[in-house]
Amino acid sequence: MEKPLTEHIKTDGTWLTLTEYEETGGYQGLRKALSMDPLAITKLVGDSGLKGRGGAGFPTGKKWSMIPMGKDAHYPKYFVVNADEMEPGSFKDRLLLETNPHQIIEGAIIGAFAIEANFSFIFLRWAYHKAAKAITQALQEAYEVGYLGKNILGSGFDLEMSLHISVGRYMCGEETALLNALEGKRAIPRAKPPYPVVSGLFGKPTIVNNVETICNVPHILAKGADWFMKLSKSEGEGGTKLYGASGRVKNPGLWELPLGTTLREILEVHAGGMQDGYSFKGVLPGGGSTDFLTDEHLDTPMDFESVQKVGSRMGTGTIIVLDDKTCPIGMLRSLEHFFAHESCGWCTPCREGLPWTAKLLDAIDAGRGKMKDLETLEFHTKYMAPGNTFCALAPGAMEPLQSALKYFRYDFEKHIHEQKCPWKS
Amino acid sequence: MTQEQILSEKEISEIKDSFKHFPLKSAACIEGLKIVQKYHRWVSDEALKELAAILEMSVDAVDSVATYYNLIYRKPVGRHVIHVCNSVSCYIMGYDEIIAFLRHKLGIEYGETTADDRFTLLSVSCLGDCDHAPVLMIDDDLHQNLTTDKLEKILNNYE
Ligand SMILES: Cc1cc2nc3c(=O)[nH]c(=O)nc-3n(C[C@H](O)[C@H](O)[C@H](O)COP(=O)(O)O)c2cc1C
Ligand code: SF4
Repeated sequence: MEKPLTEHIKTDGTWLTLTEYEETGGYQGLRKALSMDPLAITKLVGDSGLKGRGGAGFPTGKKWSMIPMGKDAHYPKYFVVNADEMEPGSFKDRLLLETNPHQIIEGAIIGAFAIEANFSFIFLRWAYHKAAKAITQALQEAYEVGYLGKNILGSGFDLEMSLHISVGRYMCGEETALLNALEGKRAIPRAKPPYPVVSGLFGKPTIVNNVETICNVPHILAKGADWFMKLSKSEGEGGTKLYGASGRVKNPGLWELPLGTTLREILEVHAGGMQDGYSFKGVLPGGGSTDFLTDEHLDTPMDFESVQKVGSRMGTGTIIVLDDKTCPIGMLRSLEHFFAHESCGWCTPCREGLPWTAKLLDAIDAGRGKMKDLETLEFHTKYMAPGNTFCALAPGAMEPLQSALKYFRYDFEKHIHEQKCPWKS
Repeated sequence: MTQEQILSEKEISEIKDSFKHFPLKSAACIEGLKIVQKYHRWVSDEALKELAAILEMSVDAVDSVATYYNLIYRKPVGRHVIHVCNSVSCYIMGYDEIIAFLRHKLGIEYGETTADDRFTLLSVSCLGDCDHAPVLMIDDDLHQNLTTDKLEKILNNYE
């Protein structure tokens, strides 16, 4: 089984230096790219079936192809790496950042070349201190040997890349809010359209891609679109995927597996099944803003399309496991308080609705719930559905709630009937 | 009477140095706040005013940015800041016990600082280390797979 993203990770806890990265074939993809026409690179990435790993699964080649090209386009263009990773229960980009920073830098240089961007930012969340050190050192190395700066490898292409360390806010991960943060402003989202591909950072055409998305790019250049498509078990979506599991499983962690590996295989084989004394109740398949799935969905392949078909989203692919000894209402409280806290306050349904939801859950958990509260919760899930709010934060916040109301209704009702949390003695 | 200046020459030159990454001075606002906080642990009203002047922004505009972000402190903090992850995976793996222990041990609630100025207690959303939950950070250090016994020892390392 091939694991292009992680096979060269060192076991001693240090990241690959430039020399070590080059010894594993690093920067060969960039050399290839610089000899190609930028549009051909975008086409290759499109043919590979790479879909964005930031959560929404937007086809990467398609996104790049929306950038205005040629003499009449607005310059300078920007290429931004989204390394904010703040989705609750997500920890996959951290691994890539801390173990192999050059893989990200190489991918970003190729992306920048493909869209004719001369500036690039890596937007990193503050908490990842080790990653900041790794990226800083790697950028310096890349400048020293001429992978960055003026006239890269004699190609005539110039690129400046720098690291921006965020000061913390979940909204920073939303791509238009991220651009505001990079401009030194409050990280609130922007109206779309215009999309960042047309008017992004400082009003110029901009691509924002997730860390894991970018890491795939050098390998696609080096080994081709067909090879990449065949790494996956799913139709029309290429590559491997970094899956993770946390919660009461025997072996929480991260595994690079063919895209489309089933939930069951990830949980039972790789995560080792449930810890002794705990049994399985459900999962959030791809971070805190995805819908719960239960037993009946375990044979679903973890790819964007299949997970959507069963009513959830693959999201970040990092699975949060709910066990029988954890109160689902308590788990939801944790989630909805997070979302309420992180709401930017721009639009009313989210600003008012999320704290309301969180308080209702508090009341139910504390034994003060009424049956009518369930209707109010249902109301909020509809009121904050996609299309009713300015960005995807609020609809994301409703995904675990609406599915919990469906699958764990009995637990809600039991709290209300008994006027206490059945999990608390 | 001239007021004493809060920002040192060194800070000011660091802030100005960050301008080179951006086409606009105001874009260095977040960098500037970070630099001020690095030297003073928090951002006081006076420091904010001086920063605004350097950035050629209004004080309110800088404050609106400062108060938006979770990690810019507009109130003084202790010598060490504890960030306890209160997100979902940590919740499942025993967050309640960890926070109860800290409250009891330090005698403070979220947002407060111990009387000896040693610790400030803050919550933080998912630290992206869910396979080692429960976790927290003290200053720049991540502490994983916590138990109350382990945490008791860890706290002793911060004076
Ligand atoms: C509230 C919110 C938070 C987000 N956080 C992140 C994040 O931390 N990292 C990320 O890559 N994408 C995040 N996204 C998705 C981005 O908006 C964007 O779709 C993504 O960076 C695009 O990259 P991709 O096409 O490579 O997936 C977030 C979206 C929303 C609505
Ligand atoms: S949905 Fe929430 S986070 Fe998004 S713009 Fe509206 S208030 Fe802000």
